[in-house]
Amino acid sequence: MTTLRKPTEEMQYILATDVGSTTTKARFFHRKDGEWRFLVAGEAPTTVEAPYEDVTMGVQNAVREVEELTGHRILSPDRSGIVVPYDGESGVDLYCTTSSAGGGLQMMVSGLILSMTAESANRAALGAGAIVMDVIALDDGRQIYQKIQRIRSLRPDMILIAGGTDGGAAAHVIEILELIKAAEPKPRLGIGYQLPIVYAGNKVIRPQVEKLLSEEFALSIVDNIRATLDVENTEPARRAVHELFMEHVMSHAPGYTKLMKWTDVDIMPTPAGEGIAIQLIADTYKENVLGVGLGGATTNVYSVVGERFVRSVSANLGMSYSVTNVMKEAGIGNIMRWLPFDLDEEDVSSRLMNKMIRPTTIPQILEDLIVEHSVAREALRLGLAHHRTIATRLKGIQVERDIASMFDQAMEETYVKMMDIDIIAGTGGLLSHAPRRIQSMFILTDAWQPEGVTKMFQDSVFMMPHLGVLSTVYREAAWNVFDNDCLVRLGTCIAPFGSGKPGEAVMNVELTMPDGEVVEEELDFGEIRRINLSERQEAEVVITPARHFDMGEGPGRSVNRTVMGGVGGLLLDARGRPISLPKEDEARKELLLKWFRALELYPERKLRELM
Amino acid sequence: MGAMKTENKKSTEAHAYTPGLKVKRAMTVDKTRRLPILGEVLVNLGDNVEHETITARTEISGNPEIVKTSMLLGVEPEDLPLYMLKEVGDNVEEGENLAYYSAFFGLIKKAVASPIDGTIESISDVTGQVILRGKPIPVDIDSYIPGKIVEVLPREGVVVETNAAFIQGIFGIGGESQGRIRMAVGSPSEELTKDLVRPEDKGTVLVGGSMVTMEALKKAVDIGVSCIVVGGVRHGDLTSFTGEEIGVAITGHEEVGITLIVMEGFGKMTMSKRTFDLLRSFEGYNASVNGVTQIRAGVLRPEIIIPHEEVEAQASEEKLAAGMVPGTPVRIIRQPYFGIIGNVVNLPVELQQVDSESRVRVLNVELNDGIIVTVPRANVEIIEE
Repeated sequence: MTTLRKPTEEMQYILATDVGSTTTKARFFHRKDGEWRFLVAGEAPTTVEAPYEDVTMGVQNAVREVEELTGHRILSPDRSGIVVPYDGESGVDLYCTTSSAGGGLQMMVSGLILSMTAESANRAALGAGAIVMDVIALDDGRQIYQKIQRIRSLRPDMILIAGGTDGGAAAHVIEILELIKAAEPKPRLGIGYQLPIVYAGNKVIRPQVEKLLSEEFALSIVDNIRATLDVENTEPARRAVHELFMEHVMSHAPGYTKLMKWTDVDIMPTPAGEGIAIQLIADTYKENVLGVGLGGATTNVYSVVGERFVRSVSANLGMSYSVTNVMKEAGIGNIMRWLPFDLDEEDVSSRLMNKMIRPTTIPQILEDLIVEHSVAREALRLGLAHHRTIATRLKGIQVERDIASMFDQAMEETYVKMMDIDIIAGTGGLLSHAPRRIQSMFILTDAWQPEGVTKMFQDSVFMMPHLGVLSTVYREAAWNVFDNDCLVRLGTCIAPFGSGKPGEAVMNVELTMPDGEVVEEELDFGEIRRINLSERQEAEVVITPARHFDMGEGPGRSVNRTVMGGVGGLLLDARGRPISLPKEDEARKELLLKWFRALELYPERKLRELM
Repeated sequence: MGAMKTENKKSTEAHAYTPGLKVKRAMTVDKTRRLPILGEVLVNLGDNVEHETITARTEISGNPEIVKTSMLLGVEPEDLPLYMLKEVGDNVEEGENLAYYSAFFGLIKKAVASPIDGTIESISDVTGQVILRGKPIPVDIDSYIPGKIVEVLPREGVVVETNAAFIQGIFGIGGESQGRIRMAVGSPSEELTKDLVRPEDKGTVLVGGSMVTMEALKKAVDIGVSCIVVGGVRHGDLTSFTGEEIGVAITGHEEVGITLIVMEGFGKMTMSKRTFDLLRSFEGYNASVNGVTQIRAGVLRPEIIIPHEEVEAQASEEKLAAGMVPGTPVRIIRQPYFGIIGNVVNLPVELQQVDSESRVRVLNVELNDGIIVTVPRANVEIIEE
């Protein structure tokens, strides 16, 4: 429950933490001259597990670092919590936190049909910040005994059950409920407490649902997620998941009962906070956003397209703990295609295995850095591919198709199309720690292949989750910090859709720079060029694509835009979409080198030593 | 049934990823042996136990079996209760009829038999399903290490304590096992090849040097070696051996007929001399080993526990608590000095730029040949003494 101790306009200091699975990160904000700014960060190992088993110890340690760096006392002298509100000398006016410690929120979801109600339940759980362990449906291709075995082996924090429209299928929904009940799923944390279940299915059978499940589970019934087939209403289910997360899951995690008393705002799962931050960008710019949290263990992708917000989590795609799973899923060949030098396959795979078993190590030499950047491209590519399977149009509805779309064989299921994306935003250790910002801009460009004109941002210091949860109670402060200190403007990518042959003209770009100078750039197929345009500067551009290329207005049609500068500047990308690398090894390496050099991606001398 | 997941109390640092794996000649090792659900503890406080002693027991409810009875009978779900021969709570045997339907003066007869021995748990007049519950499944938890019961967790399990050498590996596959230690190679840099695995190695914990070859692994499985402890393994070999590429490091469940404990990493890697010498000094002793690895929050590393009577040394604990200081022995764990051992010279406070252009906290390390190198602090691990 939210209980602010001071009106927001009187606040001067705010503390936000994220209790991560390995590190607890504190961020300290202060209002100066009417504007909220990020002051310092403090970090300490998370203390969720034995021998500590109390997350508040890690929070105190992280906050103590903030105290040491600022000289501002925040913790109460008797270590019983945070001093709230600020009393003129010590304390903060607001304390809030997100958490993913102990594995975050792990859920199982079920529905009647995999591509319909089960898919909606999946989206609702993901949107609430959960890791979805499995999706059970009548048509999931498994035998009953296999489903039962699977449910018995999972130990979820919570189950979300959808199924049937209101007044629609009943018996089949009850069949699934009977199956779940028979499997006797047990909660992950704590022996002997009731596993929470959210029922968001056909409302007509609620009495039967209660009869079946209320005795053995902590049952919560909410509005149907698909009351009719053409509407998906995930909000009531998402809210119930958050409430149960606080009441049942968090209260069983070590130290959380204490932490819940310290905070002024409900504790939120970290990805939910990150998702709100991405929505904040979309809401402020009134544009479509595709965001990513590329972590050590997981990759979260968020999209805001029109009114729709969708999150996907690829639980085992990441840059340290899961780095070898990226290799497994992408294939070593797909990782090695981004390397402009020769390395033995066994050598690359051993390096990645060694990174996975010692996940906190960092690349000291350029060769290692380029290998990690190659893995990042593949993790991002797979993360987006996964996201597109979740960000889909609602199935089960009759779609009117005109003659043109009849010829379009596979009507695209996803609505996340790069030409419609106006902003790309990234966060996570690899992107934030890239020695040159242009590296993260280029990695995102290679992996996601933005089309048209796309602004690119990244998190400066990991604080999107903090600002996400803060924005739920104090949007202005959150956006102040977000805009001033969190969002690094990487720049803008200009890339027409289409393909051609090397040497063929792709686009003409006429730029009117902030000082009035007019610059004209002609790009041929396969070229990429970087134009310096600093952060918080803008340029007017007229982009005229060649006959077979499209900037979003149709083939060959010019577009006029005001483009945003950034630390990476403007990226004029004439490599075509989709980007394809030559099959022949030498040609591939040569082309990669050409791109790397055009952007001054890596230090030239070190790069030459690697060839 | 074998032992389930183990939890370490004093012996591992489970709270966060901590570089620096334990290689201790003598320490008190505690193992919590916990049931997956509540049950009965079979030993008493102060009891001496062997590794195979069953310390706690419980029963997991049997597997359910869903029988679509009304459909099989060809009747409406709501009519199912009329045709049931059994009620909720009744015991049934495999093949015994659950329900029976006849029509047209017996011309049409249909019966539904129980597919398992079990109990009727529910009969649904909405779905027409009968749910049967199979016989409970017993779960036993053994002691895993020989020692003394120092704590009884009522209905949950026990804590066993022993004095032992305790060595952590970096990565493992296969679960808990036991065996007598035998050194298969003469030096930590020697490869464990097929010819070094002998028929009399059945049931042993076999120690190799820098790497185990695929052929040696296969032969060890054929012979029945309990565990192989080695410096490194090739990624390709491990993939072929386990039959699947390891994606995330949550291991221990593989059924490959052997436990493999890798001490240093992937590729050919000379085993730390200290670890090798320690294992050699206990050749012929019995060891309890576990390949379970979890490299996430709640990190678990594979382990070798060698119970013995030597007294615990205290000094090293204090030294470790001090963290890294000039003189601390460390191993570098990433290129370009991967595997090299040295001593910390100093720890500059300021961030420094390394070759990759990353600005990081570094330390200077004097290698054994006197050369001083600068490496990111994240890229070394403390060698515990």
